[in-house]
Amino acid sequence: MKIDNNQLLRFITSGNVDDGKSTLIGRLLYDSKSIYEDQLQNVKRISKRKGNDEIDLTLFTDGLRDEWEQGITIDVAYQYFTTPKRKFIIADTPGHVQYTRNMFTGASTANLAIILVDVRYGVTEQTKRHSFIASLLKIPNAIVCINKMDLVNFSKDVYDTIVNEFKIFSSKLSINDIRFIPMSALLGDNVVDKSSRMEWYKGDPLLHTLEIIPINNDINEASVRFPIQTILRPQNEVDQDYRRYVGRLASGVLRKGDEITVLPSGLTSKVKTIYKYDKDMQEVFAPMSISIALEDNIDISRGDMIVKSNNKPNIVQDIEVMLCWLHTDAAKPRAKYFIKQTTNEQKAIIKEIIYKIDIKTLEKDYECEGLKMNDICKVKLKITKPLMVDLYKENRITGSLILIDETTNETVAAAMVV
Amino acid sequence: MNKYYLNYLDELESEAIFILREAWAQFENPVILFSGGKDSILVTHLARKAFYPSKMPFALVHVDTGHNFPETIQFRDNLIESLGVHLIVGSVQKSIDRGRAVEEKGKHSTRNALQIVTLLDLIEENKIDCAIGGARRDEEKVRAKERFFSHRDDFGQWNPKNQRPELWNIFNGRHFEGEHFRVFPISNWTEMDVWNYIKRENIEIPSLYFSHQRKVIWRNNSWIPFSEHINLDASEEVVTKQIRFRTLGDITITGGIESEADTVTKIVDEISTIRFTERGNRADDKRSLTAMEDRKRQGYF
Repeated sequence: MKIDNNQLLRFITSGNVDDGKSTLIGRLLYDSKSIYEDQLQNVKRISKRKGNDEIDLTLFTDGLRDEWEQGITIDVAYQYFTTPKRKFIIADTPGHVQYTRNMFTGASTANLAIILVDVRYGVTEQTKRHSFIASLLKIPNAIVCINKMDLVNFSKDVYDTIVNEFKIFSSKLSINDIRFIPMSALLGDNVVDKSSRMEWYKGDPLLHTLEIIPINNDINEASVRFPIQTILRPQNEVDQDYRRYVGRLASGVLRKGDEITVLPSGLTSKVKTIYKYDKDMQEVFAPMSISIALEDNIDISRGDMIVKSNNKPNIVQDIEVMLCWLHTDAAKPRAKYFIKQTTNEQKAIIKEIIYKIDIKTLEKDYECEGLKMNDICKVKLKITKPLMVDLYKENRITGSLILIDETTNETVAAAMVV
Repeated sequence: MNKYYLNYLDELESEAIFILREAWAQFENPVILFSGGKDSILVTHLARKAFYPSKMPFALVHVDTGHNFPETIQFRDNLIESLGVHLIVGSVQKSIDRGRAVEEKGKHSTRNALQIVTLLDLIEENKIDCAIGGARRDEEKVRAKERFFSHRDDFGQWNPKNQRPELWNIFNGRHFEGEHFRVFPISNWTEMDVWNYIKRENIEIPSLYFSHQRKVIWRNNSWIPFSEHINLDASEEVVTKQIRFRTLGDITITGGIESEADTVTKIVDEISTIRFTERGNRADDKRSLTAMEDRKRQGYF
């Protein structure tokens, strides 16, 4: 298939259990003809086994034995589909108990969030929580799908009330572009095809919206951030001291001859050659994976960062972050964690919890203690060696980090520099 | 449109190469699991690019069921020679001879599941802490749940309920002695992306992917290649058909499709109209509703 604009849109679906996420994705895949005949037969077979006459759309996405037996989604699943306009990657996140951490996982790489609202219940706590996380993670676009319109007779008034309610609440959030679509995922109204039962809705159905929504390119062209993954020393070169620094550009446009600074050492040089794999390039940009050679021989190792000399990130040992605790075990007081930011790994200690966000009211609680699973807090971290960071709102890659428990090797927290 | 924008194939390529480089940087002894199929060929191609102008730093690991297409082995050996890399072969036959695995019986017997023992033994013997594979999330619903960096305990088991969260593009490969990771750089690619990329990059693939006159039998709703490893029953007849394969695996379970596509361009056209999944012709997935999940939990690739 030839794709018109050749672009990739990554989106996440969020909403409460039973708000119809899996049904919506099933409908999107089914109506856009992205379901193959044998998958359909398989789903019909399981639907029958479960005693359903109609095909159960959720079975297209819920793949684990426990999932289709219990009818819940256990873990993030990624789904793919392509239309003549675009290629899509869906992160289907569970709305269940572990909501916050799963949503963090799916949302961290998304360009767009679909927020499902059950029209019968309106803007609930869960809607607010998901919208807040989407805003916190700086997902640039959101589509609020007011679902199950069939259960309120496709009423425009009920829809309008919920849209207004959402708009009042979301004025406090920082999502650039929020759109609303009334739909019935179960019956297929306004998912792929425009509904004939809601003529009052003048907008596009969901799929068309996904196809045309501008993908926000948040690449800051001026801020070159090149975190070093590893160093190559090709043995077949005449000059044995010849080194290539490889990595993926986090942001910016880098050209041959650019004056650069290596951090944290602060040494400077110029870009001599740039390779995109085996191609010699004059100019490269994020998010390309590249390798470069410099005019001077400088000691550079994994975790260092190459930047343009006229635009540097902050070099810090004490930072404030918004942190989401992901693990079932609570944080241990004064414990040290491995901290990973780009390719840099150091150790860190959680020095102070400044406040916890009450996810129900979005109020700040300054009296809180401890970090438990799904808590979102502003904390101060002290790091053993300096990190090169930007604010998350300015750079999603150099502004994000994770904490790893040194005794279990588990990823326990995700955080964003504020 | 902004000129600093990657098209989707370039974005997928850049992501895969980033992950291959992370695997190299984070593990002591990473290898590529190589089956001779298009996905592992693609991963090897990407790995070569990722480390250019150095030599690709991964050994290739082939789990040999003993039931191979001869073309696959030839292709593998040629590739090894041209890349100048090390090849590690794990033999299912040896696992059977040593009593570590037991051959299945009956008409539908295959050595597919037996690969698990051979693979895990091989990982242990060679102290492999990272096995890079060409699995894609679009292949199968259980694979849709995979992380890029997928942790395996010291029994080689995958636990879908206890996967590490994976955020942004920060990958946590920390592990204890004896544990290992499976790393899947082309997780986000679909079958169509793989073919479009093979076409764009002009990557060489085994002739089995192209339509040809082949001897086959009709079994389990697909054309299974006739070979010495097939147990025929009275009702089955060997016929010659114009066949190509969409996936390559153990010769006893790889179903071919009737097709006229004998070039990559024709394959791309065919895939865009085809109504069955790639694995729809794999007998190993038809055994039960959760066949792949059950195998993966035990350590299957």
